[in-house]
Amino acid sequence: METLAMHISNGIINGPVAAVFAALALAALTVCVLRGRRDLDDRLAPMAGLVAAFIFAVQMLNFPIFTAGVSGHLLGGALAALLVGPWVGALCVAVVLVVQALVFGDGGVAMLGLNITNMALLGTAAAYLLIALLLRVLPRTPAGLAVTAFVSSVLSVLVASQGFIVQYWLGGTADLGGNLVGLAGTMAGAHLLIGIGEGLITATTVVTVAKVRPDLVYALRGLRPAAAPAVPAVGGVR
Amino acid sequence: MNKRPWAFVVGGLLVALLLAGVVSNYASSHPDGLDSSLLKGCTVDADHNITGGSCPAQQARDHELADSPLADYGVRGIDNAFLSTGLSGVLGVLLTFAVGAGAFWLLRRRGAAATAGGGTTTDAATTAGAGTAPDAAPAAGGPATRS
Repeated sequence: METLAMHISNGIINGPVAAVFAALALAALTVCVLRGRRDLDDRLAPMAGLVAAFIFAVQMLNFPIFTAGVSGHLLGGALAALLVGPWVGALCVAVVLVVQALVFGDGGVAMLGLNITNMALLGTAAAYLLIALLLRVLPRTPAGLAVTAFVSSVLSVLVASQGFIVQYWLGGTADLGGNLVGLAGTMAGAHLLIGIGEGLITATTVVTVAKVRPDLVYALRGLRPAAAPAVPAVGGVR
Repeated sequence: MNKRPWAFVVGGLLVALLLAGVVSNYASSHPDGLDSSLLKGCTVDADHNITGGSCPAQQARDHELADSPLADYGVRGIDNAFLSTGLSGVLGVLLTFAVGAGAFWLLRRRGAAATAGGGTTTDAATTAGAGTAPDAAPAAGGPATRS
């Protein structure tokens, strides 16, 4: 039976670099816990659990991209950032990656720091920076939210894929003969298409949640009540 | 003021279980963007095993926990591929939710609502409130309760 691996496998990046990124990821996740606690209340906690479970489920759904013989799957950073915010969102993706590495044999345990850095930290951070910008300039409509979700997903996936290139530059185990740029281009091309798929999934999911329970979409907090008198509170939301 | 999220969470979990338990069997089995990029330079057979050439993926080593009963998104001992993938997906969703929701629940900020009363009285009060809360209120109520 063939191996279904979706994340960096053991042996691809050397041990010392993997260890450095493990320490880096641990430090960053600690910051996420400290900052995320401000967001985590009785309502966000179960929602964050759902977001992690949902990302796990959708990551199993590899979809074909237009290039022959290549598939892609959701990474989830943009979705998590939109639904539960950047700090808790990064933790959600990290939970998924930990479960996958420790239970499903997907992504080497020694490579966990690298995978967390790319998908949970870089992916979520890139997505959230763009989300924060776009939600201020785009109309507060379902279409505006969909465009925000789509564009931030594409960026998030591209940034995550290039995070791997940096790691490979630092500690890749195969001699590319100086052709790291070629690998970067291949990764970027494939992940642009994957990002489009991720964007469609994220936009559909977030717009659906916003329709059913807009109060459960973190990114819409503080934006909706334009007419609300409690203006001073808005600045303190994040 | 705030509606409880539990009904939504249960509904979302059912969707996730359906996706991981059933739809996952229709997922593409081609290598993903990362794997295919690392296979560039190698030739592979129909099962994506490397048959020749030179590429970064050749450096890959076995997973530390390749013998896990759920390794590679299948349940060891179940020969039916559909059942094996689906069941591993269902277990994965439940496990991820348990780990995630459990950790986030422990980490959560015990704010005004929690300090106003004990655990059980708060639950009762908010549950009662949820039934009567108007739909328009939550968005306005959310930010106002935050510092």
